[in-house]
Amino acid sequence: MSKTSIRIGAGAGYAGDRIPPAVELAERGQLDYLVFECLAERTIALAQLERRQQADKGFDPLLADRMRAVLPICLAQGTRIISNMGAANPLQAGQEVLRVAQELGLQGVKVAVVQGDDVLARLLKDGLNLPLIDSAAPLSSLQEQLISANAYLGADALLPALQSDAQVILCGRVADPALFLAPLMHEFGWAHNDWTPLGQGILVGHLLECAGQITGGYFADPGYKDVPNLARLGFPLAEVQADGTAVITKVAGSGGCVTVATCTEQLLYEIENPARYLQPDVVADFSRVELTPDGPDRVRATGANGQPRPDTLKVTVGYHDGYIGEGQMGYAGPGCVARGQLALELVRQRLRDAGLDQLETRCELIGVNSLVHQAQASTEPNEVRLRVAVRAPTRREALLVANEVEALYTNGPAAGGGASKSVREVIAAAAVLVPRDWARPQLTVLEQGGSE
Amino acid sequence: MKLRELAHTRTGDKGNRSTLTVVARDAKDFARLETQLTPERVKAHYHGIVEGRVERFSLPQLGALQFVLYEALAGGVTRSLALDAHGKTLSSHLLTIDID
Repeated sequence: MSKTSIRIGAGAGYAGDRIPPAVELAERGQLDYLVFECLAERTIALAQLERRQQADKGFDPLLADRMRAVLPICLAQGTRIISNMGAANPLQAGQEVLRVAQELGLQGVKVAVVQGDDVLARLLKDGLNLPLIDSAAPLSSLQEQLISANAYLGADALLPALQSDAQVILCGRVADPALFLAPLMHEFGWAHNDWTPLGQGILVGHLLECAGQITGGYFADPGYKDVPNLARLGFPLAEVQADGTAVITKVAGSGGCVTVATCTEQLLYEIENPARYLQPDVVADFSRVELTPDGPDRVRATGANGQPRPDTLKVTVGYHDGYIGEGQMGYAGPGCVARGQLALELVRQRLRDAGLDQLETRCELIGVNSLVHQAQASTEPNEVRLRVAVRAPTRREALLVANEVEALYTNGPAAGGGASKSVREVIAAAAVLVPRDWARPQLTVLEQGGSE
Repeated sequence: MKLRELAHTRTGDKGNRSTLTVVARDAKDFARLETQLTPERVKAHYHGIVEGRVERFSLPQLGALQFVLYEALAGGVTRSLALDAHGKTLSSHLLTIDID
């Protein structure tokens, strides 16, 4: 059945996103599709580590909560759910959705699971010579520390799942805008080389993929950019036509605002050259996009174009990269900056005496220069917080540095308080490009009652 | 006057690069922003933070300038020692720049 327009909502813009706005969208958005985007760069590496500890884990820990919140209403309304909450274990994630359905007394639920993004084995076998993007080194330089390698699949990987009758579609790593492009391709019958509508579909996906960031989130600046009812920020939905043109809006009465200003900020968010936004499905061109008001909290987005898709797929590689040790200590009142600076000098001297000064270290005063690192205090703040962070190859060395900050209690300037210290393992992300056929999408449809 | 009176900003991250968006509040101010917010001026304003070059793209129909700040994020969000590893707070710093 072909429709003249499709309604797609964004139910999450990142792994930890709020649930109430997704419920509001599901209940009142009259959606054809609800998309949850929950994977950041290194999320899959962390999920992979979890899966190694426990074979039935490795998917998004909030999956069950999100499904309990929206699955009943989505089923009742015929809203299909699409999400990358599969992370490093999409099949188990699918089983988890069926468990939730069972728990809620729902029947006839089917989950389409899309795999194929995991290319670690292939890379280890055939790809060690591949150059890392943004580096002079080959992938082999990280061989000992590798945790995961996942290709960014495109919308084409999700089409077979959309062609099934599954109400929920789960995957691992897929390009975020492709989660939104796929249902549009499916509904409107766009071919893999209809570059202009694909470019428009990527525009829709990019505008929606960060959820509240287009409806007034990450926007308010009191007195300069005021956002109404921000506490009850609603998530966005797009009304998309068959040619890909779209109106961005939100549920009537929800908090926030959809304006040309909020949409312009989101349009360009994390974009480099606007004329060449590389995606697995198309190289999108946003350089001539127009955003025009279409009524209160409604903005029309048109004018995207597309060029043929790249020959390669980008692969994010997760790897161990040592440890970061950190210590903090607070100082307040008159002379707090001078005491904070004295404390930093003490820590630097003690690290030199211990032979630890060769480690990459960052020293700063929160409240003065922790964000804009070259900044000076223009007036004396009421309080500052000293921060020392170090990158170390071992947990032991990272902890030594953190301990030096804590030791300022009895070995440092007057009235230092509220010390904190931490050591964390660094999971870093790098990238390589691989031939398209190294990642073959694979569909499994899971049904209640235990059959496939 | 300060840029804050004329425009709003947002940053994002891509690897070790910060993407910095500047949007004129009023379309009539775009021309002077385009003249005065050169890549060189922006790089100087972020002295000590941006180690690489600055590129600029212009979208006049949106009143927007898009800057890419190279080597601005201490290796990128997954490796950086900075408290704000994504550089999300850096957009506010541009609002202090002077515009004639």
